[in-house]
Amino acid sequence: MTTRWFGAPVQRVEDERLVRGRGRYTDDLDDGALHACFVRSPYAHARVRSIAVEAARRAPGVHAVYTAADLPFGDRDLPLLIPHPALTNGRTQRCLASDIVRYAGEAVAFVVAHDRYLAEDAGELIEVDYEPLPVVITPEAAAAARNLVHEDVPGNVAAELTQHVGDVDADLAGAPHTLSLRFRFERAAAQPMEARAVWARWDPGERRLLVYDSTQSPTSIRGGLAVLFGLPETSVEVVAPDVGGGFGPKIMLFYPDELLVPYAAMQLGRPVKWTEDRAEHFLAVNHERGQVHDVRVGFDGSGRVLALDVDFIHDAGAYTPYGIILPIITAAQTTGPYRVPSYRTRFRSLFTNATPTSPYRGAGRPHGCFVMERTLDAIAGELGLDRAEVRRRNFIQADEFPYDTGIAWQDGNRAVYDTGNYPALLDECLRLLGPRPAGEDVGMGLGVYVEGTGVGPYEGAHVQVLVSGKVVAATGIPSQGQGHATVLAQVVADVLGVDVADVHVRSGDTRRFQWGVGTFASRGAVTAGNAMHAAALKVADKAKRIASEQLEVDAQDLELAAGAVRVRGAPDRAVPLAAVAILSNPLRYAFGGGAEMATQFSSRARAGPPLADGEQPGLEASGFYSPAGSTWASGCHAAYVRVDPRTFRLEILRYVVVHDCGRVINPLLLEGQIQGGVAQGIGGAFYERLAYDDEGQLRNASLMEFLIPYATEVPDVVIGHLETPSPLNPLGVKGAGEAGVIPVGAVIASAVEDALGILVSQMPLSPQRLFELMQRSASSG
Amino acid sequence: MRVNGAERQAPGSARRLLSDYLRGDLGLTGTHVGCEHGVCGCCTVLLDGRAIRSCLMLAVQAEGHEVTTIESLSPEGAELHPVQRAFQECHGLQCGFCTPGFVMAICGLLAENPDPTQPEIEEGIAGNLCRCTGYASIRRAVRRAAELMQEPPPPASPGTPPTARGRVVQSPPPPASPGTPPTARGRVK
Repeated sequence: MTTRWFGAPVQRVEDERLVRGRGRYTDDLDDGALHACFVRSPYAHARVRSIAVEAARRAPGVHAVYTAADLPFGDRDLPLLIPHPALTNGRTQRCLASDIVRYAGEAVAFVVAHDRYLAEDAGELIEVDYEPLPVVITPEAAAAARNLVHEDVPGNVAAELTQHVGDVDADLAGAPHTLSLRFRFERAAAQPMEARAVWARWDPGERRLLVYDSTQSPTSIRGGLAVLFGLPETSVEVVAPDVGGGFGPKIMLFYPDELLVPYAAMQLGRPVKWTEDRAEHFLAVNHERGQVHDVRVGFDGSGRVLALDVDFIHDAGAYTPYGIILPIITAAQTTGPYRVPSYRTRFRSLFTNATPTSPYRGAGRPHGCFVMERTLDAIAGELGLDRAEVRRRNFIQADEFPYDTGIAWQDGNRAVYDTGNYPALLDECLRLLGPRPAGEDVGMGLGVYVEGTGVGPYEGAHVQVLVSGKVVAATGIPSQGQGHATVLAQVVADVLGVDVADVHVRSGDTRRFQWGVGTFASRGAVTAGNAMHAAALKVADKAKRIASEQLEVDAQDLELAAGAVRVRGAPDRAVPLAAVAILSNPLRYAFGGGAEMATQFSSRARAGPPLADGEQPGLEASGFYSPAGSTWASGCHAAYVRVDPRTFRLEILRYVVVHDCGRVINPLLLEGQIQGGVAQGIGGAFYERLAYDDEGQLRNASLMEFLIPYATEVPDVVIGHLETPSPLNPLGVKGAGEAGVIPVGAVIASAVEDALGILVSQMPLSPQRLFELMQRSASSG
Repeated sequence: MRVNGAERQAPGSARRLLSDYLRGDLGLTGTHVGCEHGVCGCCTVLLDGRAIRSCLMLAVQAEGHEVTTIESLSPEGAELHPVQRAFQECHGLQCGFCTPGFVMAICGLLAENPDPTQPEIEEGIAGNLCRCTGYASIRRAVRRAAELMQEPPPPASPGTPPTARGRVVQSPPPPASPGTPPTARGRVK
């Protein structure tokens, strides 16, 4: 394969439409749609005594009001998406709550009206009689279990899992030094700029359902809707059009609207649309990050870790639709790039009366990274060693791959690292970081991480050369801004020898490609990229077979280049790809566009049936890639920060990332992913915080009070690359979507600790937090 | 009111937001709605040439005023407006949802201040949230847009190699990097 496009900083093909304001996001669709809104529980935990909807049904412009009692599936629990043997008490919510609500924001009724204004007017007429129940809001309170979120779940424990390698108790007992540490992470939220939206239309004549959904997994939505409504899968089409950011929570399904909007469209015979507002996005869309870790670590006098014992509780929220993927990832990723001879990890996933949790960019990894990096900083502090040196002494070395951690990974396999070079990452990162800036109150922070990416089960792709010579390609995974249409086109363009501008990639539309899983876990480039590659290779082989007949040359002597199949070493002897596409489809009728060359009285080189045995018409093929295991990206972040000693304002003086995601398809887009990830990491480390009160009310459910960083808070990140190709896939790529965010909390904590001389063991920080920590530090002497 | 140069009837309902009127009634869906409380800036349009939040204004309040949306900057088929072109060249967008708001805010900024300093750029875009890019590329795009707006109109497809229509961005030269491991391609911006 040539490498003309692969590896080049190709400008995005999707941008022209988007910069003109001609993107098509779900809420941009209307087509005479009715508009819907929800009535949501204001209580975090309450019994629903009654729901009175008559006044709402009579309100102007109202077409329907649904409560659980009005739905044929109203008494069914929504699917538990990822079952696991350790998830002994998994619980999922119902589409609309009718008995007990378990978090503020849980949906109770659904109103469909002529427009959103009238729907919300009617929603205010719905009277729900609630009997408030005791609220469990923090993971510590859940563990104490003085109150229960689900009365049939003792101790609020949804799941418990312990894993170990080595004899942790013996190794801790024998270690020359030990430390006990506690780390706490509060809830956080992804907050994509586009909240969620669903639009649906039912065609009663054809009995077909068309759904537009700002989801990260249209293929799964389609499968679930077909089951729920008893329709053939082939009669349900789901499209994720332009999606205004995802970052994880849009992989969750089913949110109630994803069932109710299609259901209402089928019932009412009109298109129906629901668009979430920001206030309900804060409450109704899954959160992440809440965990508390108790750590014991044993180490020798040189700072080498001998044993690590981590016991943590995970805030599941009120339900567990996404299973225990988050704590599984945390458990597997805690030891990161380090050799830990004996490691025990135990977690309990606990119910609280808060919004359910599921992956948000990083997905359990930032916690594990924070725990390990902070622990290594504590070891360095205890022994008076340089923080970077302690890391060097514990790294898995470049000649130790594949490296089996012995801990379960999120795909059902064990976490086995394929390749990496962690010492080189650290050295390059420190080199790029440069000398410490002069001045008071400056701290240096450091964090190294690994990231299991490109998880299975599989993705697929379809590639077709049109009779115009242009190429169309499709894959099931949708894009939320990653630039799939560009990077996947780069992969295809190289294999087919065409210009990247001539490859049009459609993603996330089941009408174009019906198989696949979704966009999550930094898997798009690995899974869909390699599927595209496989499909394009099949197309190239077929093009060579057809052209070999025309040119009377062995297919092995042909190559694809400059939009043609040509003889190697004799580029003038060539058949344009457009002609190959026409010839691939034997015809009776010359309907134009050069079709006459494929008709039955035109000369044909080969005897036998027009379509050769085993051949299909069309210059097209599907390809699939199913990884045997994850491929492991890695990176190192380092920063200099200044903390104002009076206001505790954080100033990031320099932030460096050296990243290794194997072979880089497009450095321009990769650096965009890293810069954006770091920005989210900075938000999560110092500005963003979901402030629940004791009653389970989210007190800052607006962008006025939940502080996403503006440009003024985010520096230009200095980015370096290292390439250790993955041996697990033909392209040698690893995922990159989440890398930017993973170690940022650890880096900021380390830098702040260095600057102020206080112990930082929690996330997020804030000026207020730092003030409190300083006060506490001063009073404890 | 005038919207993108055309006379438009105000909506019948006094409570209709300008953002909902533009999107729902006029079909100008390039103006996006991200928060409906004036923080994210996705809904930014120009009112008499100044950047405002269309989610914080009733449509009837725009009566007698000139509203400019992203759709008017470069009609279909026409060259991109310099701010739009700068966003494309500098990879100033990922999901694209915040982009029209940024573009309009920057149009407002550059109209008032055609050659902003770095702090002025920072300040000028500090009313718009982007959750994807981390802003570095948007800062570059503002700088680039300011340059483009002072240049004469560019020839079609500048810098494009004659044989390829996909555009490869000119990357900065790698710095001298003694001691870099042979596999590292460290690059300082």
